[in-house]
Amino acid sequence: MENRNNIMIIDGMPVEINGEKNLLELIRKVNIKMPTFCYHSELSIYGACRMCVVENEWDEIEAACSTVPRAGMEIRTNTERLRKYRKNILELLLAHHCRDCTTCRNNGKCKLQDLAMRFGIDDVRFPNTAAEPDIDDSSVCITKDANKCILCGDCVRMCNEVQNVGAIDFAHRGSKMTISCAFERPIAESPCVGCGQCAAVCPTGAIIVKYDFHKIWEALDDKNTKVTAQIAPAVRVALGKELGVAPGENAMGKIVAVLHRMGFDEVYDTSTGADLTVLEESNEFLKRLGEGGHDIPLFSSCCPAWIQFCEKKYPELLPHVSTCRSPMQMFASVIHEQHKTSSRRHYHVAIMPCTAKKFEAVRPEFALDDKDPVDAVITTQELIQMIKESGIIFSEIEPEAVDMPFGSATGAGMIFGVTGGVTEAVLRRVSSDKSKTALAAITYQGVRGLEGIKEAVIPYGDETLRIAMVSGLGNASALIDRIKEGEHYDFVEVMACPGGCINGAGQPFASADAKEQRGDGLYAADKMCSTRRSEENMLVMDMYSGVLKNRVHDLLHTHYTARGE
Amino acid sequence: MSHKFDSYTIDEIIDEFGAQPSSVIAILQGVQEKHRYLPKEYFPHIAKRLGVSEASLYSVATFYENFSLEPKGKYVLKVCDGTACHVRKSIPILDRLRSELNLSEEKCTTDDLSFTLETVSCLGACGLAPVLTVNDKVYPAMTPDKASELLKQLKEGLVDA
Repeated sequence: MENRNNIMIIDGMPVEINGEKNLLELIRKVNIKMPTFCYHSELSIYGACRMCVVENEWDEIEAACSTVPRAGMEIRTNTERLRKYRKNILELLLAHHCRDCTTCRNNGKCKLQDLAMRFGIDDVRFPNTAAEPDIDDSSVCITKDANKCILCGDCVRMCNEVQNVGAIDFAHRGSKMTISCAFERPIAESPCVGCGQCAAVCPTGAIIVKYDFHKIWEALDDKNTKVTAQIAPAVRVALGKELGVAPGENAMGKIVAVLHRMGFDEVYDTSTGADLTVLEESNEFLKRLGEGGHDIPLFSSCCPAWIQFCEKKYPELLPHVSTCRSPMQMFASVIHEQHKTSSRRHYHVAIMPCTAKKFEAVRPEFALDDKDPVDAVITTQELIQMIKESGIIFSEIEPEAVDMPFGSATGAGMIFGVTGGVTEAVLRRVSSDKSKTALAAITYQGVRGLEGIKEAVIPYGDETLRIAMVSGLGNASALIDRIKEGEHYDFVEVMACPGGCINGAGQPFASADAKEQRGDGLYAADKMCSTRRSEENMLVMDMYSGVLKNRVHDLLHTHYTARGE
Repeated sequence: MSHKFDSYTIDEIIDEFGAQPSSVIAILQGVQEKHRYLPKEYFPHIAKRLGVSEASLYSVATFYENFSLEPKGKYVLKVCDGTACHVRKSIPILDRLRSELNLSEEKCTTDDLSFTLETVSCLGACGLAPVLTVNDKVYPAMTPDKASELLKQLKEGLVDA
């Protein structure tokens, strides 16, 4: 309070301005839960929903999200007039909105529903003009229902600003305005890469992740079907408060136990597949370096949204993309080989933080014996839904271990779920120093942290390797521009979702702090592993003389082709 | 009707206004001036050169009433229905033209692509009300009969527009 030059008044309270970019940030800092639809700190300011309006000292009304705090400013956030305006906006939105909340997939998670409840909207004075559902079901990753859209534009800004995909935008004007792909094409025919980040920011049920778990119940009920599952690293740290789990807490043992209780015959850890990926990708990287550095930089290939982005937007870079299948597909191929001669039908489920994996699973490139090795991909959200449906009380369940014959994974595989993890795992593999100190040293090379673009320079023999790690496809584009301008990198890790798989669109909604804790949870899980280098995974090494003998190329690698825009 | 992609002309238009996102409207106007509408075959190329998405070009093209994604007739007739023209009876003119051309509110262009009939909110020539334009030529103080006569002359090629 010493410096009067940076004090303003919010609802009669003096508040210090500390570099906040807008009033809304400041208001929220003093513990006022200001309602918004169109504000996301990672997106540009849009100022459309008008829910965050405040009154200033001259009784003028301003939107807090698009007003810069000034010293000496005096605002009120909760007056009769503001409450009336907010209610009016909600009523008008509801007048044109489907109100069948009980059958909406976003029931209980919808911002419109939540704010209608908070502001006690028990009657809408205007006639309901909601149109019939207008559903775009073409994508295997997400579903869009124009009728539930409130035109906040969050999805548009996410798709354009953060992901640089540009699949959707506003179309038409006034009362005819919609969110649409170019020429109203279905999403499946647009540049959409299936990252699902639009669904992650959608405040209503207008864009939702496609749910596939119903068919898993069917498989589980069938006595002649053996059902196996693999669980991706990022899933175990993201179950969150809906199941009474602390943010970032590693619930792997409990998830395994709950799946066993539901009737899954065998449950595995995708980290095992990631160990395979580390070995294959390291080999490929060293081979390319050894052969005079052709097609360097090598781009990682674990992220299916990045692969589609590359195919659609940067087809010229495809020779630089690793031929390695993703951990999910590598592992599924191995599990498929193990079961293909069995008399029982085999059904393989992958539990992922990711919506784009749903598309990866049906890619013809990965089919083996005319069958997709992954029969169903479900997201963490769907897993939570299944647990709820089953009635099993999650907090009471005793943790269990994953099954054999594939029940071994290293810490290197686990950190795949966070940006920089793939790089760190590969560095552990290619580093000639196999000491514990070397393991710790790698973590200080700039591979950790949730920044969108990270770089590391690693000594390798007599030379140094320049490595970049990007998360968020907009950041990937920025880096690719730099590479095209001549900047040299040897290896580039790309994850489509900001922060990596821990923030995948299939994960339940979480605050920024909780997202960071997910990353911490994975690094903690890595530390608890007795083996932390992929080549120390004896089970995986044995595969090379067993199931993978002479089949490495068929089962673990692939190639991608350009998909015209 | 699909347009053969002509990257030479389109690049000329783009270069004239500069290949940057802020030139979108000018470039779309340039394309429309050339083809009387915006052929969608051009969108991928424009999007790529300007570094914007096709969806955002579509957004601009559908936002402004002046842009058309449908092919237009050789003669575009715009009947002004701004306040001044409206009170001086522009609607009977519109009705007459519609019935003679067999068009409606939904169907604005004749099948032979010779005429497109639209309304416009105000041409800013209120002193000449009621006004209509044929392509860019202004016809003042119209009546339904004068409009019929004009249509007849256009069909016979007696007037240039």
